[in-house]
Amino acid sequence: MNTILVVAEHRRGEVRPVTLELITAAQQLKTAADDRVLLAIIGQEAESLASQLQWAGVDEIIACKTNSAEFEPELAEQAVSALIVSRKPIAVLLPHSVDSLGYATAVAVKGGYGYATDVFKLAYDGGALVATRGGYNQKVNVEVDFPGHACAVMTIRGGAFKPVETVAAPLLTVDDRSELSARSRPLEFIEQGGGGDIDITTVEFIMSIGRGIGEEANVEDFRELADNIDATLCCSRPIADAGWLPKSRQVGQSGKVVSACKLYVAMGISGSIQHMAGMKHVSTIVAVNTDPGASIFTIAKYGIVADIFEIQEELQAQLA
Amino acid sequence: MKIVVAVKQVAALDDDFEIRADGLDVDEDFLMYDLNEWDDYSLEEAMKIKEAAAEGAVEVIAVSVGPERVDESLRKCLAKGADRAIRVWDDAMEGSDAVTIGRILAGVVKKEAPAMVFAGVQSSDQANAATGMAIAASLDWPHAAVVAELDYQPGAATARIKRELEGGMLQAVEIDCPAVLTLQLGINKPRYASLRGIKQAAAKPIEHWSLGDLGLDATQVGATAALSRVRRMEIPVKGRAQMIEGTIAEQAAKLIEIIKEYKGEAA
Ligand SMILES: Cc1cc2nc3c(=O)[nH]c(=O)nc-3n(C[C@H](O)[C@H](O)[C@H](O)COP(=O)(O)OP(=O)(O)OC[C@H]3O[C@@H](n4cnc5c(N)ncnc54)[C@H](O)[C@@H]3O)c2cc1C
Repeated sequence: MNTILVVAEHRRGEVRPVTLELITAAQQLKTAADDRVLLAIIGQEAESLASQLQWAGVDEIIACKTNSAEFEPELAEQAVSALIVSRKPIAVLLPHSVDSLGYATAVAVKGGYGYATDVFKLAYDGGALVATRGGYNQKVNVEVDFPGHACAVMTIRGGAFKPVETVAAPLLTVDDRSELSARSRPLEFIEQGGGGDIDITTVEFIMSIGRGIGEEANVEDFRELADNIDATLCCSRPIADAGWLPKSRQVGQSGKVVSACKLYVAMGISGSIQHMAGMKHVSTIVAVNTDPGASIFTIAKYGIVADIFEIQEELQAQLA
Repeated sequence: MKIVVAVKQVAALDDDFEIRADGLDVDEDFLMYDLNEWDDYSLEEAMKIKEAAAEGAVEVIAVSVGPERVDESLRKCLAKGADRAIRVWDDAMEGSDAVTIGRILAGVVKKEAPAMVFAGVQSSDQANAATGMAIAASLDWPHAAVVAELDYQPGAATARIKRELEGGMLQAVEIDCPAVLTLQLGINKPRYASLRGIKQAAAKPIEHWSLGDLGLDATQVGATAALSRVRRMEIPVKGRAQMIEGTIAEQAAKLIEIIKEYKGEAA
């Protein structure tokens, strides 16, 4: 019998949806009927949060009580490490999220477990657990395994597995870890101000610029083009970081998911996983990029290999 | 007081590249090297702390693990004002994964005993997002990942940070020092190296350390110490996008057609 341990993610009293994707990933790792999927939830309110975790495919929910309501990396690390020792899973699945980046490595390093991050595919090959992740800015796929390690800790890319949809009533056990202590203390949450700008999550047509625009002086041409075609001008992270467009216009993991968007024209954006996290659901994505190997072309419906400045000029000329 | 900044020389691929004959990596001929984008920000953050303190009070040390070519990236750090640069290498380190690199860097940290260690959130090539946290775990130091704001006075017992979460939210955290932090893009505005800086950097030495200097042995580094093993690398089946070919005029015309179609549907 194999055990697969999934760690739920929660924030401000809400279980984060990526947790449901991890359950599906865990299901895929089951090979025998008696394999078990354990779902741990860590924090002061673990027991009450467990009621949000009644998902099919989970055999047991472990409410791991700590003395911090919100995520704290050392408490998470110690709680998960203790669970690995007591429950001996062959795989531990965490979301590839900001919280996990803060402690997954420590669990693997201190326990000497196998380790891979940002995994988007899981399989067995002749009994060996094989994880697939991206390399060289997503231009290659890399298959890794974990020889000599009885347990592998893996962070799983968001959106790589379908979320589980069916509910059930798994067994609930409580694991009291309130004696654990940590050397950092979460204080408060801060929403990055929208600054009275439009809410890009509600707009349907977006033209988005990336580092391909090169200089701040070029932003204006693309603003004019966006106005001309009634699109909302948005951007990838480097543009917002440079202050060329407000942060409220950033699409992606740490920016916004453009939920209402139907047409997304990506100009000079490579398609990093963090950017795609904000727009890959859009039904019609058109990407313009000089690099035919840019990963944005893997999710775009239409691709144009061209210089965005030439396209911009030509569009303006034809629209005039 | 010292701040150690871990930096990586990352590889970008040529337009047309080939996988090596053993199938485990890209053929080296197709790689172009540069300093990791995230590390530019961590170095800048250390420089800001140094410049806000009294002259000579803070020493910024850039450290990297890798073969000789890595000197070029370290030279960039010196040109931007790092006081010292250390390159660690030993043939036994070939095949090290991010976690093993973290262990090697932790060896340097033990020797230098800095008040803070900075690393980038991730590297632009392999994006393991693991090295900084592996340093912390090897040292058993307090740590925080994806730091978007830092409020730290040199020598203070605690620092205030803001972690950047998903969806435009931040979380304020107080952390005990010394600590290992991984710093996020946008935490500051990295400087360009000045001509004077570049000239000065050319004259500064890069210290070269090997296994023996770190109190590590060959079994603790390299592929055998790694927590994962590459089985195969392949070029994914790409191009789900329908490519719009033709002249610029034809491509633009087709794009206008797509926009019109969308507007028709939406109307
Ligand atoms: C925790 C975390 C959260 C993050 N959150 C976000 C987020 O919310 N949003 C986000 O965008 N990023 C985010 N990032 C950063 C992300 O990893 C990338 O660094 C970023 O998305 C890259 O932006 P880009 O595609 O504009 O730039 P690049 O990757 O540099 O791509 C520029 C592209 O432009 C093309 N190009 C250049 N010149 C031209 C031209 N003249 N014509 C046509 N094409 C051209 C190039 O071929 C290249 O493909 C996050 C990273 C981390 C670690």
